[in-house]
Order: sequence, then C-alpha cells, then structure tokens
Amino acid sequence: MGLFSTFIAKIKGENSFAPADWKELESELLASDIGPTLTRQLLETARKVKSENAQEALIETLTAHLCTKSRLPLINSEGTTVIMIVGVNGTGKTTSVAKLAAHIKKSGSSVIVAAGDTFRAAAVEQLQTWGKRIDVEVISGKANGDPASVAFDGVKKAKQEATDYLVIDTAGRLHNKSDLMHELEKVKRVVEKVSPVSEVLLTIDATTGQNGMAQAKIFSSAVNVTGIILTKLDGSARGGIALAIESELHIPIKWIGTGEKEGDFAPFDSEAYILGLIA
Amino acid sequence: MFDTLTSRLSATFSSLRTRGKISKGDIESTCAEIRQALLESDVALEVVESFIDQISVKATAALETIQSGTSQANAVFEIVNASLIEILGGQTRRVRFSKNPPTVIMLAGLQGAGKTTLAGKLAKFYSDQGNTPLLVASDLQRPNAVTQLQVVGESIGIPVFAPEPGNGVGDPVKVALAGVAFAKAKLYNMVIVDTAGRLGVDADLMKQASDIRDAIKPDEILFVVDAMIGQDAVRTSQAFLNGVGFDGVVLTKLDGDARGGAALSIASLTERPIMFASTGEKLTDFDIFYPERMASRILGMGDVATLAESAKKAFDSQTSAKLEAKFESGEDFTLEDFLEQLSAMSKMGSISKLMGMLPGSGALKKQIDGFDEGEISRTTAIVQSMTPKERREPKILNGSRRARIALGAGRKVSDVNNLVDRFSAAQKMMKQLRNGAVPAGMSGMGLPPVKAPVKASKKKSKSGNPAKRALEESQ
Repeated sequence: MGLFSTFIAKIKGENSFAPADWKELESELLASDIGPTLTRQLLETARKVKSENAQEALIETLTAHLCTKSRLPLINSEGTTVIMIVGVNGTGKTTSVAKLAAHIKKSGSSVIVAAGDTFRAAAVEQLQTWGKRIDVEVISGKANGDPASVAFDGVKKAKQEATDYLVIDTAGRLHNKSDLMHELEKVKRVVEKVSPVSEVLLTIDATTGQNGMAQAKIFSSAVNVTGIILTKLDGSARGGIALAIESELHIPIKWIGTGEKEGDFAPFDSEAYILGLIA
Repeated sequence: MFDTLTSRLSATFSSLRTRGKISKGDIESTCAEIRQALLESDVALEVVESFIDQISVKATAALETIQSGTSQANAVFEIVNASLIEILGGQTRRVRFSKNPPTVIMLAGLQGAGKTTLAGKLAKFYSDQGNTPLLVASDLQRPNAVTQLQVVGESIGIPVFAPEPGNGVGDPVKVALAGVAFAKAKLYNMVIVDTAGRLGVDADLMKQASDIRDAIKPDEILFVVDAMIGQDAVRTSQAFLNGVGFDGVVLTKLDGDARGGAALSIASLTERPIMFASTGEKLTDFDIFYPERMASRILGMGDVATLAESAKKAFDSQTSAKLEAKFESGEDFTLEDFLEQLSAMSKMGSISKLMGMLPGSGALKKQIDGFDEGEISRTTAIVQSMTPKERREPKILNGSRRARIALGAGRKVSDVNNLVDRFSAAQKMMKQLRNGAVPAGMSGMGLPPVKAPVKASKKKSKSGNPAKRALEESQ
C-alpha cells in the first residue's frame, strides 16, 4: 500500500495534479469499501485542501463520518447483561461469541453462552468445543430445535445463577429472508420475557462490500442493533463498509476480530481504523 | 433502500428508451449512471472502467448506423448485455472429468465463504447425476468443521472420509492424500476435498493449501467466494490465484440481495469462469452458473430459462401437455387447472425465488421479498373447498356458495371474493394472450398488494411456452 501517503506527498508538493492522480486516489478510496458516495465526498475535500495539512484534513473528514454514540459496552446494572450476536452466514458469529465470552471472563465477570444456532450443521458442537477451550459453560438444545427455546433456557439459567453475562449465538441468516428475520425477532422477544437484552451486536465481515449497508439496516430494524463487531480484519480487506454504516446509520463499531484465536479480539480503536483505511 | 444493480440499470434504460433520438451526450450520461451503479454493487474500479470504455465505444459506433430512437436504445441495451455476458465468462464451463477416476475436486476460499456447505451441495449435485462422490474432511482448523461435513454428508447420503477429528489435530495434506487413495481403492468416481478457510495474506495457510494441491493433484480447484464480498475480491482472488491457483469460481449466498458485483470482478480479473452458484440454505439450492442468464438477471430481463427448467422439473409432462392443449384449443382455464398448478408450484420452490426470475421483477423486488409463502396454501384451501362443478364454472358462485367455501377453508368471504375476481381477470388475460395480444405488461402485477392467484396463472402463461421452447431447443 502506501499509495495514500504518496498522494499526500503530491498534494503537499504541487498545486495542480494530473487527472490520472485523482483517478488513482479514487481507486484507492473505493478499494477500501467505503463506497462511492463517501469516496466522492472525500475527493471533494481533497480537491479543496492543497496545503501542508492535507493528511489531517482527510483524516478529519473521515473521522467526521464516525458515529458519535458511545462505544462502551452496554450493561444491565440490575442483573444479567444479555448480549445477542446476530449476522449473515459466515461472518463469524460463533467465533465472536466465544471470543467475547473469553474477553468477559478475563475481565473477571462470570459468563455463560447459549448455542442458539440450531440450524447449521455442527454449529452447536463448534461452540461447545470453544466452550471447553475457554472454560465457559454452553447451554444447548437439540439440533434443528427452536432457537428461541435455547435462548430462553440460557437466560433463565443465567438469571437463576445470577451470572453477570449471557452471550447468545444465533444462526446466520441473509437479511432479505423475512421469515428468518421474524424468527430472530421472536428469539429476542422470548428472551426479554425473562430479562432485557442489553446489547445486540451485528457481525460484519471486513471483506463485505456495499451490501453490508443493507445488512445493517435490516438487522437494525428487526432487532435494534446496538453495535457492530467488525470481523476478519486481519486479511487484506480494510472494512471500509463499517465506516459507511457508522456514517449513515449511526451504529457504533464496538469490537474487532483479527484472527482465529480467542485473544484476537479487541475493543474498536477509531484512530487506528481510520489510519488503516487510508494506509 | 439500498439500490441493487438491477433496479438501477432498469431505471437507466427506461429513461434511455423515452428519448426520441439518442445523442452522444445521452450515451455519456448512461455510461456515467452504469458506472455509478456498478461501483455501488462492488464491482472493482478497473473492471468498471474497462467495461464502460467498451460500452461507450461500441454504443457510439452503433448510433451512427441506426436511426430511430427506440431501436437505438435497444442496440445500446444489447451492447451492455453482450458485454456483461462476456465479462461473466462467456460460455458455461462444466467440470472436466478425469480419464482415470476418481475426478478430484479441491475447494479453497476465505473463512465463512461457505466451503463446507458447498462441498455437500456439489456432492449432492453430482450424485444426483449418477456419480459416486466421496467427501474428504481436510478442514482440520475450524472447530468442528469435520463434524459439520459429517452431518452434511449424512443428510444427503454421501460418505465422508474423516480419519482426523480436526479442531487443530491432524495433518490436512495426509488426510487429503489418504482420501484420494481410499476413493481409488473403493472405486468412487469423484472426490471432493474440503479445506480450511484461509486469508489471502496468510502465507502459512496458503502454503498448506498448495501442499494439498501438490499432493493430490486435483483435476479442478474451485475458488469459493461469498457473493457479498466487496473490493477485496480483487486482492483475495489474486492471492488465491497466485498462492494455490484455481480453475473455476463458485459463488455462494447468491440468494442475498447483492447479486452481480463480485461475480463481475472476479471473472474478469482472474479470467477464470464462474462455474457454479449457490442460492439458498437447502442442500439442493445449487446450480451450474450460466453467464447469459446472470446477465439477463442483472439487466432486469429475468431468467426465464431457469424458470422454465424448474417448471419442467415440477410439472410432469402429462399435466403440462394437457394444459398446453387446453391453452391452444381455446378452452377456458379453470380453477381445477389452477389447483394443479398451485401444487406443482409448491414443488418448484419458494414463490419469491421463482418470481425473482421473471422479467421486470426488479421493480417488484420489495413485494417479492415480502411475499407471504403461506398465501399458496391459503389459496389452495379456498379452491379445495369448492365443489368440482364450482371449480369448472366459477360463475355459479353465488353468495351462499361463497359463504360455505369461506367457512370450509377457514377464510373470510372477502378472501373468496378476491380470489374469484382475480381469477376471472387472469382468465381474461389468458384469452388475450392466446389471441396474440401482449398482456398489458407485467405492470399489471403491481396492482393488488397480495396477488398470488394472478401471479400464479400468469406464471403459467409465462412458463408454459418457454418451457416448451426450452424443450424444443434441447432436442
């Protein structure tokens, strides 16, 4: 990479740029998946600033698109904090559930997880293997059973045992399948009969393109997403779609996943992310 | 809402068609709109640019030779269509079977692309055609990927070779090699090797994949990629091409609403054909990828060919021959025929999926996505509550008959009225169709909010002929 810094250097040094340079900058911005609309806005900014602080100006513009909501985890001060993990197939929900549980455990709180993905073959076993690895109890039901009932069992148990946290895994679903989205709404409704759901986290795969926006919109309207877990940031993708989501839907990115191990998980750092986008 | 490529392009072309005469400026603005639409659909910038250049040159050249406005617009549309097909890989390519069985197929791709599910779908697809595939569990990385493949294999009755438990235990190269040897010894004619998901930038895992490749020398390496992937498709596919190499691409999750973008980039940048597409959660939701059909879908022309094929699968030849004879002889289409169609349609799969294949469905996207699949069974219940005579002659349905039917079907009388009204409208349209008139556009479909019966009978009028056509062509 480093293309972006080349530009900054160019912008600093000259007063006019060849059209080819702009094309290259456009291509670089588009390549980060922030989308054509944001790219256009950024190019306009870039065209205006031709001074020494060009880099800061661009970073500032990008930062201005970040969501202003708090990125701190939401907790339930009166009992078990219930967290639901939702998302499209293959975005890394189960892995994120395990990593989040490990993170909570490490911080000294008690946690159990509910294996609500009863649909995908061996998803429950995948979570159980994780449970053993990170030493966290996994509540599970029958394969192809009702996910809402597993979640219900989980939340009842967590309440009985006064566990600090309950993390609920759900089956991956494409956001345009309305029946599956209704199923998700039901899971949340059923859980809320026992205890409020403090946080609904949507996993977004960093390699996802502009479709991520549709995912965030529809999941949000179904189960009121309170934050995003940006997964697979360790690849070559820069996850620019998350910025577009923050900018348009005001859903904060709260966590990032950067690998397959339990420790490859961290709170979102907006500064590092912005720098990564334009690296 | 997020605009799909299809609806953006349909809008662009319909505005082009309203022009009296198309100027060079119109071409330019059309190209600019296509460019924006493609970028919003995640097509890589360099692919977009070369695509636009190509269209602009060809379209400008075409303008000079064609005079009238509408045919100019059609010429531009044809140029875009042809370029799309070309960029999608042109011809459909099938798996090359090895002269010395087993034919070895290796799957590679990013985590979460859907390799394991796809391995099952591929095995089912080929076993349905009389092959004897063996699944080999070489993804020893992801927790319980081996178990997942075993469960998938069991559900479709395909044996799974899984000597290692996975979860980080075992050597995937050895497993792959042993799997191929096992298949050879037991005379399986096909081996499908599932491998661990890996990132393009992970040198160790890429090395592992190329080690598997060198050990088993697959006949086909398929790169499995999520249709929702963004601009990273460029880097990732390049990394896989250089790291492991691949002969064809499989697109997964094509049933989402992100059709097109990644497909265009990958096929064009790697010059490898897209061979299969996976379109749903069931293990049968899988098919060969046809570039022409995809192009038609992207351009909002629908995919009548696939629709006709699924219709052919669902309607037994006797029923469709009977219906066709009826249609041609000018006899009225009755509620009895309708009932037969309803049951055949439920065999064809979800209505929203079928509707999505119809021309102009881009404009109806929202209604299609929100389509209540239960409507079919409710409609069936109403028709089943009628006497045979009533089904043949809906005219005799007076108030008390309607009340009885509503009671029998557990619906309201207004539902029965609705069905009968829409049925007679459909009947009328069938008559028009038979007399050679084009029905008043598919736009009529947009009228009532829920309109299963009209849709259904129209489907007959749509699918009947192409099915026949497809049949004739295939012979």
